[in-house]
Amino acid sequence: METNQIIERTAREAYGRLLSYLAVNWRDLQAVEDAIGDAFLAALETWPQVGVPDKPEAWLLTTARRRLIDRARRTRVSDGALPTLLAMSEDTPFMISSNASFPDERLKMMFLCTHPAIDPVMRTPLMLQTVLGIDAARIASAFIVKPSTMSQRLTRAKAKIRADRHTFEMPDAEEISERLEPVLEAIYAAYGSGWDEATIADSPRRGLAEESIYLGKLLLPFASREPEVYGLLALMLHCEARREARQDDEGNYIPLTEQGCAQWNQSLILEAERYLHNASQAGRVGRFQLMAAIQSVHAQRLRTGRIEWEAIAQLYEGLIHIHPTLGALVGRAAAVAEAYGTERGIALLEAIPSEEAVNYQPYWALSGHLYKVMHRDEEAIHAYSLAIGLSTDVSVRQFLKRKASEMDFA
Amino acid sequence: MNVTLMFYESQDDFAARTDPARQQEYLAGWTHYVHALREAGIVVFGSGLFAPETAATMKRRGGEMVVQDGPFPETKEQLGGIFVLDVPDLDTALEWAARGPVDTVEVRQNIPALK
Repeated sequence: METNQIIERTAREAYGRLLSYLAVNWRDLQAVEDAIGDAFLAALETWPQVGVPDKPEAWLLTTARRRLIDRARRTRVSDGALPTLLAMSEDTPFMISSNASFPDERLKMMFLCTHPAIDPVMRTPLMLQTVLGIDAARIASAFIVKPSTMSQRLTRAKAKIRADRHTFEMPDAEEISERLEPVLEAIYAAYGSGWDEATIADSPRRGLAEESIYLGKLLLPFASREPEVYGLLALMLHCEARREARQDDEGNYIPLTEQGCAQWNQSLILEAERYLHNASQAGRVGRFQLMAAIQSVHAQRLRTGRIEWEAIAQLYEGLIHIHPTLGALVGRAAAVAEAYGTERGIALLEAIPSEEAVNYQPYWALSGHLYKVMHRDEEAIHAYSLAIGLSTDVSVRQFLKRKASEMDFA
Repeated sequence: MNVTLMFYESQDDFAARTDPARQQEYLAGWTHYVHALREAGIVVFGSGLFAPETAATMKRRGGEMVVQDGPFPETKEQLGGIFVLDVPDLDTALEWAARGPVDTVEVRQNIPALK
């Protein structure tokens, strides 16, 4: 392997661990990021000449830490961290000589990024950058934000962490349930999923799917007592299992109910089902478990050949009871329409306040479909038009155009 | 705040406007988008522009005025139309840009009117 490739791979695998470990003691995220950047730059300069060290991560850690110590001595704003850093240096020989790597502090970092004092819209971007090392420009594109604005917001969030002196302590056992919710929320936001596959296909965050699952797996140490961790993982894996089935060879979008099950990734489905089963052992239902259960019912079509819409409608009912969102309301309307008749679905849809739904693409996509089934053509055309106009994904747009054009314009 | 969305279209897009085989699909793309924008109640102003070859460009060079046929500058993609939207922030404007039926949309904030 090329040296540069090794550096790249190390960067990808170790960035979050390096950053989290250093930041837990140093607290100035910006300074730590700069130091790690310098360390990678040094690696790019020296490794091709002297060869890749035996423990690339330890090498990078030592180099980054040296930068931080230099900086602290220079600026004399050691914040009491210098002794800690120097103490950490003493661990280094141990780390280099043994197989033990440095402690994984990424969980602490995830909890810090979703601290109540951090602006909720910045929690996911901050986590993506600090734990995964994803650059601001890519994060900006995933959230459709101007890159320079995203950089500024990230910088501001990091400055706030430093100014408020938020600690990197793990919340204690009692606090965890409460603090875990925003962490799960942030991972789910990174995955970019919504109430169904249409939203997933339409999400600019599709590219972050694998990273989100990776983040979810980092939370597994809590999973034995927090079934929602398993629930979220099951949800993401079920959606991920259908990645290949979402488009045909020409790139046309295929909705979940029309997908060929043979194209679903069965090992991912099995993994998802295992997590969901584990979650159910705790006997404490939650929103992610319910959303995963809805996807699980869809996955059963693989064995039974049919979709149990009654079960799906019931799960949505439960979801709305504990966590009412626009997506869940639209999802319930879709399931009820299938299970108990289009008219009942339309009634549920029409009960949603229009000012909330006006810019919500899935609402209009479902409206178009249901009105079409009822031969209420004018309303269907209106709804399909809005759904198309609100879509960002070209293949979803084309799919909706096809559905609209199937109508009989008598 | 008012933000202007500038929709850039390729020569192929401009050709589709008048090509009988593609015209309808081209126009439909805009119809749905404009529909969604109007329903959202945020449009301050909006207009498509005729194709760039219909443009006349006035240039002053050292005090001398030169009028030439065609757009300024000559590039692959040309301005095809604009929308001025009244939105709470730039993020919302970018979201609307992402829904546009073209591949390139420039988004810029309007300078507020002088009081």
